[in-house]
Amino acid sequence: MIRKYILLSFTLGTTLVFLIQLVKLQIFNPDYNDLSLNNAVEKRPIYPTRGLIYDRNGKLLVANQPVYDLMVIPENTSSFDTLELLSFLELSKEELKNRLIKARRFSTKKPSSIGRQISKEKQALFKEKIWKYAGFYFQKKTIRDYTLPIASNIFGYTSEINSFELKTKSDYDLGEMIGRQGIEKTYESKLKGKKGFEFFQKDRFNRIIGTFEEGAFDQNPEAPENLTLTIDAELQSYGTALMKNKRGGIVVLEPQSGEVLALVTAPSYDPNLMLGKSRTENFNTLVNDTLAKPLFDRGLQAEYAPGSPFKTLNALIALQENIITPTTLLSCNQGHYYARGAFMKCHCPTGTTNNLLRGIYNSCNSYFAKTYVKILENDESTAVSLDRWKTHLEKFGLGNYLGYDLPIGKRGFIPGSDYYDRWYQKGRWGPTTVISNAIGQGEILTTPIQMANFTAVIANRGYYIKPHFRKIKDKKIKDSLYPKNFTLIEARHFETVIEGMEEVVEKGTARIAKIPGIAVCGKTGTAENFIRLNGEKTQLTDHSIFVAFAPKEDPKIALAVFVENGYWGARWAAPIASLIIEKYLNGTVKRSWLEDRMINGSLMTEYMKPLSGMPFEINE
Amino acid sequence: MNNSLLYRLDWISLLIYLLLVGFGLLNIYSSTFQEFGLAFSDLSANSGKQFWIFIACLFVMPFVLYLKSNFFEHFSYLFYALSIVGLIGLFIFGQKIAGATSWYSIGGFGLQPSEFAKITTALVLSEFLSGIQKDISKRNDFLKVLFFILLPVFLILLQPDAGSALVFFALFFVLFREGLHLKWLFLALGILAVFLATLLFKPLIVCAACVFILFTALLLGRKRRRKINPRLYIIMGVSCIAFSYSVDFIFNSVFEQRHRDRFNIILGLETDTRGIGYNINQSKIAIGSGGFSGKGFLNGTQTKGGFVPEQHTDYIFSTIGEEWGFLGSSCVVLLFTLFIFRIIYRAEKQTSAFRRIYSYAFASILYFHFFINIGMTLGLVPTIGIPLPFISYGGSSLMAFSLMFFIYLNLDSNRLT
Repeated sequence: MIRKYILLSFTLGTTLVFLIQLVKLQIFNPDYNDLSLNNAVEKRPIYPTRGLIYDRNGKLLVANQPVYDLMVIPENTSSFDTLELLSFLELSKEELKNRLIKARRFSTKKPSSIGRQISKEKQALFKEKIWKYAGFYFQKKTIRDYTLPIASNIFGYTSEINSFELKTKSDYDLGEMIGRQGIEKTYESKLKGKKGFEFFQKDRFNRIIGTFEEGAFDQNPEAPENLTLTIDAELQSYGTALMKNKRGGIVVLEPQSGEVLALVTAPSYDPNLMLGKSRTENFNTLVNDTLAKPLFDRGLQAEYAPGSPFKTLNALIALQENIITPTTLLSCNQGHYYARGAFMKCHCPTGTTNNLLRGIYNSCNSYFAKTYVKILENDESTAVSLDRWKTHLEKFGLGNYLGYDLPIGKRGFIPGSDYYDRWYQKGRWGPTTVISNAIGQGEILTTPIQMANFTAVIANRGYYIKPHFRKIKDKKIKDSLYPKNFTLIEARHFETVIEGMEEVVEKGTARIAKIPGIAVCGKTGTAENFIRLNGEKTQLTDHSIFVAFAPKEDPKIALAVFVENGYWGARWAAPIASLIIEKYLNGTVKRSWLEDRMINGSLMTEYMKPLSGMPFEINE
Repeated sequence: MNNSLLYRLDWISLLIYLLLVGFGLLNIYSSTFQEFGLAFSDLSANSGKQFWIFIACLFVMPFVLYLKSNFFEHFSYLFYALSIVGLIGLFIFGQKIAGATSWYSIGGFGLQPSEFAKITTALVLSEFLSGIQKDISKRNDFLKVLFFILLPVFLILLQPDAGSALVFFALFFVLFREGLHLKWLFLALGILAVFLATLLFKPLIVCAACVFILFTALLLGRKRRRKINPRLYIIMGVSCIAFSYSVDFIFNSVFEQRHRDRFNIILGLETDTRGIGYNINQSKIAIGSGGFSGKGFLNGTQTKGGFVPEQHTDYIFSTIGEEWGFLGSSCVVLLFTLFIFRIIYRAEKQTSAFRRIYSYAFASILYFHFFINIGMTLGLVPTIGIPLPFISYGGSSLMAFSLMFFIYLNLDSNRLT
């Protein structure tokens, strides 16, 4: 009888359909597992605190500090003491109201921040009252902590990654800190460490309700590397103090290793300004200062005419090319006519005859102009000679990026024949056209670090090691990373020039740089410079320049000092350089009268002159 | 007597009953579980309430078993009347929860009379049909039976609780078993088929298919030289076409959007995993993510996160699917199948019509719940809110189904007396 089997067959059919559906869902459809994980599991990163940064003597320069964001979960709030919260956050009532509305609009169940980067001390005071504020809590974050108010140009800074960078950097999360500028940027991968992960169980409102599988899948973060810099914090501080109220840069190198001992740019700023609540405000102030440009690293980015220190290089090239010998005599009568009607001034008295040594320590323009003309007449044509000269200079690290481990820099400029061919047309220029190059003016541009570097070449008698900021202890790694770069000039010629540089300090233009007991070799520079003021080329007070190294035998320090509009080299740059050398080699400075004069001296009136709108005198 | 009852008891179905309730308790505990929450048997936790109701049921069981079987026959009309009064009384004393007046609130516990009306309707149906010279195929008796069924349906629809009302149509399985002409069954199935086909395809295609099927049936019948009335086929064809077009019209113009949505999602015509389709989608994710062996007790991420609404009541099967995987969920499906088969098997052995019809009614209602509830969580049947017997959280449901089962046990064990 069929009737008995109706319900049975329905049951059987249903069972079969259910089993088929179960097989379909549970066995042949692995997608559902991912869907449920997306639904219910939150992967939350744990960030390791950033690596610490030390100076060459192991002094801690950059550490980390906790700050707190005041978070709110709108759903959990109840009425609270508005006035107390307002005074704590230093907000107006409207502002707080706006933030709360914004938080509620974002999500009533997920936290939003109401107050950002609250200091540990402030947070501690409020923390004991937080129980009265239902739905509010503090969330800890880590930001940088700078132990000294120096070297912001070297460190760079960190900030939250922006949405544009996120598109290309897949291993970062929104809100994660990333290094910007300086060491923080170059060594981002080392300082960052490797983040870990925690897994949480979420509920249907996306709220965390506990750990997922008791943390079985959690990964611990990997601690980052701590960095040791080549910078000497004391020297850096000293240089910063000496450059107060001046503009310019100091680059100090250890010539034998290429390590940068100090990189000072002035004006600068306290790295702590880039932290905390008023960070944006401070940053905008710095960015908008288009006159002093505190964010512009003058040690690395400013391209100046090198002036007289460049004469040493021309001397070296001339010696190598057998154009002059140390005994070559050239005359000077307060300058000389290098072409018809074209006179180059010099401060030598009329009737002077200089050999190379005197040419260097008296910084005779005529001597080097005549030598330079000979350099350019040495080969079959001026163009070939000029390019030969350029090749020599390139071996000193000029005219191109040096390749140090900071992310900013400038190439500088060494003109070649192609440049003049374009500028004057081919064959329409000769040695006298480009004569200014002889004395480090003209088309030549160098950055202070390039000047410090060629000084180091002279100190090393023929080679340099790429300047760098990260100290590498392992000698093998260091040698492979930073090999010696030799010039095309023989060591013996350097000795000649070094003699001259010693005389500069002993009896030449920079006698103020003399330090008892230390053989300092240096070269002053006084570079003419122009700006465009109201559409007219206007000359400003000369830049004060000094390059030096010491001691003469076995040099331990080589540096370039550049003081904008400081007039002649011995006025500002030479004393500053000599103080730094004394500080570094002797540990203390005995010439406190000179120290006081440099620290307290200000060039601010000089910098105000072109801005005053009035006619002004230069080189006073 | 004592020993003999134990001997005669249907131990197999009792075992299935205990397994289902026990497994249900575990899953209610899991789906309402919160870390550092309440203990399993705590009365203020859902699992605790259910547990103590289960204990109460076990306490009642011997009393039901020791009653004389004809007690149920004699008092069936009274019980039916009482349950009808209970359903009417809801409109005066009932508690409105979630838009439906389905509950009496008695000291913290809710009582749902529609659950108990299932038992009394089954009883009264058995009593009526087992009466002398009652024949379901006669129009007069059929109308009376229809009245018994439709009266509670009508009252429950007024609450409104369409899901519970629908359950009473399961009793038609009993009617077909007891002699209702099978043409009605084929008619119902045919209507359902045309209905679904119309929603899936265009009415024109459905009509063409209907005409084609009827025409081939007619030709085949001719060949076998059967006595066929062609007029019947023409009437069937015309009514198919008319029905198909009216369904199309009613579905698109008369139904509200929410009704249309439910069908569309099941038929896969529409996917909407955030709005109306959310429940079904999350339920499928929960079950699907369980895989072969499940995520383990208390480890279901969907369950812990509360992604499936009503998971401890109507969607309890999704917890089973997630935490116990294919092994657990197919076991539950097979247990139900075995249970229904067992009851039908024992029912067919009854010599007394009353007992057979009651057992059959029990099996039918059980089947209907099983089909609708699990079908819904698997995304095969539109969302109709009825519990999974013995497993879903709900005191009235567990009590009513237990009582219905105990009556079956009583009638079964007293087969020969």
